Amino acid sequence: MTGWTRLLAAALVVLALVAPAAAVEPDERLNDPALEARARDLSKGLRCLVCQNQSIDDSNAPLARDLRLLVRERLVAGDSDAEVRAFVTDRYGDYVLLRPPLQPNTYLLWFAPPAVLLIGVAAIALFLARRRRGGEPDPLTADERRRVDALLGRAPDAEAAPRNGGR
Amino acid sequence: MTRLLFIVPLLVFAGLAGWIAVPLLSGSDPRALPSTLIDRPAPEFALPALPGDPAGLALADLRGEVVLVNFFASWCVPCLAEHPLLTRLSREQGIRLYGVNYKDEADDARSWLDRHGNPYDRIGADRDGRVAIDWGVYGVPETFVVDAAGRIRFRHAGPLTPAQVETVLLPLIEALRR
Repeated sequence: MTGWTRLLAAALVVLALVAPAAAVEPDERLNDPALEARARDLSKGLRCLVCQNQSIDDSNAPLARDLRLLVRERLVAGDSDAEVRAFVTDRYGDYVLLRPPLQPNTYLLWFAPPAVLLIGVAAIALFLARRRRGGEPDPLTADERRRVDALLGRAPDAEAAPRNGGR
Repeated sequence: MTRLLFIVPLLVFAGLAGWIAVPLLSGSDPRALPSTLIDRPAPEFALPALPGDPAGLALADLRGEVVLVNFFASWCVPCLAEHPLLTRLSREQGIRLYGVNYKDEADDARSWLDRHGNPYDRIGADRDGRVAIDWGVYGVPETFVVDAAGRIRFRHAGPLTPAQVETVLLPLIEALRR
């Protein structure tokens, strides 16, 4: 089994060395660190349309590089973050925003999880309240007992229920 | 009343299943992205010509009739796949076809066109791909239908297929021409 532990240790060492890789090339970086930081921040929120599940900051696709350069160009030209985002969504739609905006067509997306959570909590609360209020079920009436006996095919007096004795 | 509550999860499940099944069974491509430019004026642009061509391509050239604008590149394999179809549309159906040569070396584009034939009425060379970004292009080939007023009416990402040309593209162009 030492072979396995060794393998596991090796895997952990490798994993520890893995750093999240950004695709930003040195020649793309802006000289102004503040602008560059904004560019990185914006790029992390913009989807790469070629790979679709990576941000343009992470992706090596040529289009992602073009968009990274475009974001930096807009920033250098004096655009605000919102203006840069609008520039890209004008061309590619809200789909490029990795964080979808809160607007009527995304209400379902944003509010469905909390709504489901609320419904779940309410259902559990209702269930618990009902159980506490209910307590012990009412004992069977003589008539009900007779019907149970008939269904189980028992003699009317064999009902000293041993299985129910626990409660 | 409480007994009916047990049906609620079933109804929720049925609703969810239906909601998921409709797009799944309709055969639409889940990766296809809607263009934001549909029914909006085509973006302004003016591109230089490929060497050997008399003129490039600009927005003004698109005005006046229904045209196809096709983004292509010599390095793009699916572009070659749709090339015969575009040739037929241009030569046999008499549809005006404009090409935007996307991020290509001019010489490569020229020899690609010489080898396979040039179906385009005019071509603009988009060396840095900026015009493509303005059009919301995220890969080649992409094909747009632009109406006589210069508005984008249809966009298809990826190579065109004969079935799609028959059922979607030609009827649309026919309708826009009327």
